[in-house]
Amino acid sequence: VLYKVYISFVEVGAENVQTADYFKGVASFLIVSIGGTLVGLVFAVILGFITRFTKKVRIIEPLFVFLLVYLAYLTAELFSLSAILSMTFCGIGANKYVEANISQKSRTTVKYTMKTLASIAETIIFIFLGISAVDKSKWAWDTGLVSCTLIFIFVFRAVGVIGQTWVLNRFRLVPLDKIDQVVMSYGGLRGAVAFALVVLLDGNQVKAKDYFVATTIVVVFFTVMFQGLTIKPLVKWLKVPRSTSRKPTINEEIHERAFDHILTAVEDIAGLQGYHHWRDKWEQFDKNYLSKLLLRKSVYRKSELWEAYQKINIRDAISVIDQGGNVLTSARLSLPSMASRASFPEVTNVTNYLRENGSGVCLDLQVIDNVPGAKVEEDTETHHVLAENLYKPRRRYQSHYSRHFMPLGEKERQDREVFQRNMKSRMETFKSTRYKRHKKERSLKKRRGSDAKEDGSDKPRRNVSWQDKDPVVVPVESEEDKAEHSDPEKEEDIGITFVARKAETPKQRPKSVPAALDGCQSPTAAPPSPTSGDSHLPWKGSVGSPPPCVSVEATKIIPVDLQQAWNQSISSLESISSPPAPAEPIHPRVSALSRLGGPRPASYTPPGSVGSSTSSIGAPVSQGSFGFPEKKKEDEEEEEEGGASQEMQPLMSSLRPPGPLPPPPPPLGSAPNSGRRRNPCVYLRSLVTMPPTGSAEPHSRGPTQL
Amino acid sequence: MGSSSSSMDNIPNAEELMQETGFSAAHLLRLYERFEFLDKDQTGELRPEDFGAVGGLALNPIGDRIISAFFSPGRETVDFPSFVRVLAHFRPNDTNRTRNGTQQEPVNSRTRKLKFAFQLYDQDRDGKISRAELLQVLRAMLGIQVTEEQLQSIAERAIQEADLDRDDAISFDEFRKSLEKVNIDHKMSIRFLK
Repeated sequence: VLYKVYISFVEVGAENVQTADYFKGVASFLIVSIGGTLVGLVFAVILGFITRFTKKVRIIEPLFVFLLVYLAYLTAELFSLSAILSMTFCGIGANKYVEANISQKSRTTVKYTMKTLASIAETIIFIFLGISAVDKSKWAWDTGLVSCTLIFIFVFRAVGVIGQTWVLNRFRLVPLDKIDQVVMSYGGLRGAVAFALVVLLDGNQVKAKDYFVATTIVVVFFTVMFQGLTIKPLVKWLKVPRSTSRKPTINEEIHERAFDHILTAVEDIAGLQGYHHWRDKWEQFDKNYLSKLLLRKSVYRKSELWEAYQKINIRDAISVIDQGGNVLTSARLSLPSMASRASFPEVTNVTNYLRENGSGVCLDLQVIDNVPGAKVEEDTETHHVLAENLYKPRRRYQSHYSRHFMPLGEKERQDREVFQRNMKSRMETFKSTRYKRHKKERSLKKRRGSDAKEDGSDKPRRNVSWQDKDPVVVPVESEEDKAEHSDPEKEEDIGITFVARKAETPKQRPKSVPAALDGCQSPTAAPPSPTSGDSHLPWKGSVGSPPPCVSVEATKIIPVDLQQAWNQSISSLESISSPPAPAEPIHPRVSALSRLGGPRPASYTPPGSVGSSTSSIGAPVSQGSFGFPEKKKEDEEEEEEGGASQEMQPLMSSLRPPGPLPPPPPPLGSAPNSGRRRNPCVYLRSLVTMPPTGSAEPHSRGPTQL
Repeated sequence: MGSSSSSMDNIPNAEELMQETGFSAAHLLRLYERFEFLDKDQTGELRPEDFGAVGGLALNPIGDRIISAFFSPGRETVDFPSFVRVLAHFRPNDTNRTRNGTQQEPVNSRTRKLKFAFQLYDQDRDGKISRAELLQVLRAMLGIQVTEEQLQSIAERAIQEADLDRDDAISFDEFRKSLEKVNIDHKMSIRFLK
């Protein structure tokens, strides 16, 4: 801004500057800055308004953001106002509304694009700076100017900081103490902007340009390098309290809000027109007018506390999964203490999904299980749903499962018990229903239901809740089928590897399956198979993720511990009702997981797990190889099964459409042996067309090794 | 506002109040004026209806709780010293005040602030915030925007996070612990204008 002011002076010519011009200069300063701000705010409003309607055309949202901000810049330049200020205030003003309106993907896009652009621009400027420093023709050295400038910038900055803090401290609640002031005055890094401006000077009008350039180069070097490098040790030495990143807790959120309300009330009582009073007024205005205008309807209705709560929950859930922990138990124990290695894609996806669902999103998993049915197309959405599904187990766990579900300590024992029980029932059912799988889809449902019931008290609830969903049924059935496959195999008590063969069902949940499988896999410590890596990939292109997939996916996301628990339940279900019961998709997974989990509580190696599951899958495959041909035939019919199996088969997914099952099966084959104990319900789906059979072969051994 | 010639003499026990709460004379005067303003019928004590006259409180979700916090349990009215004492909770902490060794903890210390907030939640004064009480507060604050189930899950999580001894309620210590990273001084202080 000052630059512009002085440039205009220069253009007038040194001789012509009169007193009045000084006042004009000051006025011009004000106009330039305030005008720029206003332009920015106007564009912020426009931007917010536009993004309100972009729900159907998500892809162009980032484009709007960039365009309008650039437009703010150009407009300000057009009127010779401060373009930088206009862009800044456009961003600041629009931040709240745009962030709420646009999708998570767009938000990410904007953020990273901006960062990239910014760093590119800065790099270029500094390269230019460096070259200019070396290129003698561009500058002229004047020792006096340079040294005086260096001293002055330091001194004047300190003076400015001290003066302004003195004024501010009279109004601040928490005064800025000396140390803060020292840091602030020392931290005045001058950089690219100064250099860019000085180079822009018109050499003809400003005769001393070269001197300026030289001085600026030196100043920039000095501040950036010297001050930049030393400020950190300085801060440490002065023991300035650093801001610690802490995990946000819901408690803090709640109470902070309560405090705000308290303070506002007290201010009202005491008759003070304090900070909170005005802030409250602004928030009222914002809520009633601005937000209505600029925020999308669905977003408008949400409450901030709820959003904060969701974010915290998601972050925790993701981090639990990342660590391979058990969501149910660890959630209870150590919410704040989890390492937050939140995997961002999932976080963003889940939050995205939640946001898009509008205020009606209730994190009750039952609801969520239904919802995904509608949004089947995208991988991310299924992923979201899965993540959301996590909440359910958590709640249910608290209410129902705490006695039944294995807390970490007892897991093994219980797993084993359940597993054995499951195996037995599986064997029986398997034998009886071996070849009738494909016919039994519907009956499976019932059976499964009944199975579920007999499975044990701990499972029924789960089943009940999940059986309501038709979509769920499907996968379950398929899974049951697979379970049957594996039944025979299961000599040992440990996992039955179910081979879910699913003919290529494009619509299937290939994605979910892979996902599910992946999740499944994790518990299995078996040698990782290549497919494990696919766990995240398989989702590509899956056409529809039927709800069952969702649950699978959910399972997938669940940390290994949980999976084991789930596996237990699922396996029990499955074993009982070999025909796939409608049981929630999770069940198969769960059982698979439980199988896996039993002996080995936590082989939380995702890559490995995938492998292991695949290996386990391999086992069943071999077993079910005889079944495969049958299955293959029934591609169509077995759609559902396929789906289920898909879930169980991360491997398969990779194999899927492209073709032959290649690598995964073989590794599976080996895996089963190793991963014996853990292959719960790995439902192998020989997704692809033929090869499955072939691939099935190698794995024949493993099956029982669940 | 207030009476025309309010001066320090009108205020009963001014010196003690200043000592106890740390308000300066100017602050106290101002608060007294405000007190008189609120006290419409000049009885020297405030009743709940007087508080109702304050505009913004009706819109405040926990306004009624705050009002009741002014009243000591069992009493129907608030006199000036109590009024000032409650408000003293919100003074910013003085960093360089000399502490009299025998003086009990200053009114506006962090603990006292937290205690005040805690009492707002804990209506039945049993020393713990139970789930029901938490739900009440949440419901008041979030109101119609959030469904009952969502409220439940928020309350559930809040209790989970804070409840260390697993008694399904938040005691004062747990409350304090859960907020140890929050800058309470900052959040619960009002700059009283001179």
